[in-house]
Amino acid sequence: MRIGIDVGGTNTDAVLMDGNTVAAAVKRSTSADVTSGIVEALAGLREQRAFDASEIDAVMIGTTHFINALVEARRLAPTAAVRLGLPATASLPPFVDWPDPLIQAMHGRAYLAHGGHEFDGREISALNPEELKRHAADIAAHGIRSVAISSVFSPINSELELRAQEILAAELGPNVAFSLSHEIGRIGLLERENATIINAALRELATTIVDGLASSVAGSGLDAPLFLSQNDGTLMDVEYARRYPVATFASGPTNSMRGAAVLSGLDSCAVVDVGGTTSDVGVLNQGFPREATGEVAVSGVRTNFRMPDVLSIGIGGGSHVRDGGAVVGPESVGYRLSSEALVFGGSTLTATDIAVAAGWAEVGDPSLVAHLPQDEVRRALDVIAARVADVVERMRTSAAPLPVVAVGGGSVLLPEELPGLGAVHRPENFAVANAIGAAIAQVSGEVDTVYAISEGRRSAIVDEARQEALDRAVAAGADPATVEIVDFDEVPIPYLPGNATRIRAKAVGDLALTAATR
Amino acid sequence: MSAAAALGIRPLTRIDGELPALARGAAILGTGGGGDPYIGRLLAEAAIRAHGPVTVVQPAELPDDAVVVSAAMMGAPTVMVEKLPSAEQFAEAVRTLTARLGITPTHIACIEVGGVNSTTPIVAAAELGLPLVDGDGMGRAFPEVQMVLPTLYGHAAAPMSVSDEKGNSLVLDTIDNRWAERLARTATVEMGCSVSTAQYVLTGAQLKESYVTGTLSLCVRLGEAVTEARAANTDPVAAVAELLGGRVLLQGKVVDIERRTQTGFARGTAHIAGTGADEARSATLHFQNEHLLVEADGAVATTAPDLIIVLDAETGEPITTEGLRYGARVRILTAPADPRWHSAAAHRLAGPAYFGYDTDPVLFDGTPVTER
Repeated sequence: MRIGIDVGGTNTDAVLMDGNTVAAAVKRSTSADVTSGIVEALAGLREQRAFDASEIDAVMIGTTHFINALVEARRLAPTAAVRLGLPATASLPPFVDWPDPLIQAMHGRAYLAHGGHEFDGREISALNPEELKRHAADIAAHGIRSVAISSVFSPINSELELRAQEILAAELGPNVAFSLSHEIGRIGLLERENATIINAALRELATTIVDGLASSVAGSGLDAPLFLSQNDGTLMDVEYARRYPVATFASGPTNSMRGAAVLSGLDSCAVVDVGGTTSDVGVLNQGFPREATGEVAVSGVRTNFRMPDVLSIGIGGGSHVRDGGAVVGPESVGYRLSSEALVFGGSTLTATDIAVAAGWAEVGDPSLVAHLPQDEVRRALDVIAARVADVVERMRTSAAPLPVVAVGGGSVLLPEELPGLGAVHRPENFAVANAIGAAIAQVSGEVDTVYAISEGRRSAIVDEARQEALDRAVAAGADPATVEIVDFDEVPIPYLPGNATRIRAKAVGDLALTAATR
Repeated sequence: MSAAAALGIRPLTRIDGELPALARGAAILGTGGGGDPYIGRLLAEAAIRAHGPVTVVQPAELPDDAVVVSAAMMGAPTVMVEKLPSAEQFAEAVRTLTARLGITPTHIACIEVGGVNSTTPIVAAAELGLPLVDGDGMGRAFPEVQMVLPTLYGHAAAPMSVSDEKGNSLVLDTIDNRWAERLARTATVEMGCSVSTAQYVLTGAQLKESYVTGTLSLCVRLGEAVTEARAANTDPVAAVAELLGGRVLLQGKVVDIERRTQTGFARGTAHIAGTGADEARSATLHFQNEHLLVEADGAVATTAPDLIIVLDAETGEPITTEGLRYGARVRILTAPADPRWHSAAAHRLAGPAYFGYDTDPVLFDGTPVTER
């Protein structure tokens, strides 16, 4: 059995999973000290279903600690950004276009140095060890404890970032942490470098948090290995989490979608999360969320994190209903639903009142909406169904049929069938979907780079990229017998010679528990 | 009141805080190509922070004997977002060229207003402390050096300089503008696929006859119009169509995309199924670096040199050829290019046949042009 824990800003949820079945599920308040909320949640699971430590194969945790620390600009380590590429890139040094308070919160300092590669693998300029040693002296003099290194085209050739790390580490000693951009992001220097700087600033916090998580699990008498959820819904071990805290940023929505999907027994579906004010729609393809293609701003900093692609519309349980049912939302009574909706004695006609009047939901006092004309109720429900169906349509990645899974407190607003999409699935236990998503997570490996595809070599290069992704998944702890490619695409790049093509491949497999751990 | 003023276009006198609007407008005129205006905006903002705002002059105000140099980035946009320019790389190309020619430039101009090359001349102008001309050589984006209106007036792209960030520069002397493209492109690849260039050295008189005027001001207005329409909950796509004197051809959803690389250019097609009032209709977009041809309901509806612009159906944000994807809700807008793009010579330079499409040009409103 596995335990999945989701540490949110408000609640800590935990589930005990036996395969894909929920054996126990609890919700507790998140504690300020990381550990006690988790200890309480684990105790709650034991109360529901007694288990022995030896029965637990692994504990998976999804956490919002790191993204919250960035958003609140607190507990960030003093951080330097060292970029290799001179004389290129001097026009826009590190930290360009960052909000000043965030730079100040991490005492950010930018250093430019020679190095970097061209698109075809030649060096832009030679690495200069003396120059890096001078930067190291300045970094040390400013009391900086974490360093982000970026180098031009390092996703294609990582060698210079590694050499620069060696040189700087020899000068700065063992107490300074390094984050390398080729391990964190893809092509797009500023966005990749920004993500690397954010990672660097979170390194000290990562040690504290990961130690806290590990001790709460051990303190609860569990000796199973601990894993953290990544942005794409796959797992990292605790050593990796100490080095790449930034990889946890989007694990919340990802786990929620994946949890909902497994509860429905579907691995390719649209997940519609209907809340009080909005409905958020994401799409899972073979169990993984489709990623947003564009840049994602986190706390005012542009990055190219792999975030799940989620579309929101202003329809939820608290949405105002006007014009005889023809208009629903985007205004909402929000958290005041229980005082302002008609069924609760309020004076605002909301989507929840419509659901009660239609007999789809049983909350509040149905007699308070008995006067609503049936055609108005019908019209509002049709508007809701049509608009949600429209967003799902928009999120489809292909013309293939796409089942719809509805979760969230407002999902009572959705009909049995959505126009053009078929039946709506409504899983049980969706309140702890995040923790379930964490518990069922797998391990991945990824390749994202630019290849020059010469005549007749395409299939060999494609095979090579796929194999590399498979190898990386196994290296990350996946069971080789279960690894497969779940995502692959190639896009030709304009104006580059030699049919340059960007290839992305992602492989995923089950966690190799026996080999990796016990 | 002029037509431009009636549309709310105010002639720029300087560039300072207008860059976000300008970059968004430039992406619209980029017709799907032209590179990432975000990097262009950051570069221009950094140059203005370092050197102060850039003065803008209208072409009509140029003395006939002004010495105007056009500055532009050349290479692959994908490389430019990774290997950012060095400090003063744009000024360097201008300095190299004018020193070799023994001339003193008085103004900087844009050769291409669509995409990143609307902002790179701002960087050069700021670094050199020179005023910038409000206009450009095409009124849109095209992929090759010779595809500009000055070519039709017999003005030469070369002598042309090409500078990389490493400090290498070369000056090309060529027999015509297509050779300038050919040699500069080869050098660009060797230099690492992201270079700055200085080209089309023109007198004030030559520029006035051959450039499209007011296009930087138009970019700012386009960018503002999209933002204003969104804030007022009115239709940003309609606002763009009105400013450009164009039409919304079709609203729909991308239902299929096919991309392939052919002779060094990324080529592709996207099929759009009509939605809403266009439910029964369909369109096919043909793109290379830019959107070059659109068919609607089985017939060619518009081709280059007129503008084919794909915007997000709701937000009005421009969608690049690389950013097109299945499921996107788009509106396809077609708009007239500068009228000088509609001579037989201009069509040979940048019409559908040049890009490998077997059709005569079709204007933005669907009118076919029969070539003799």
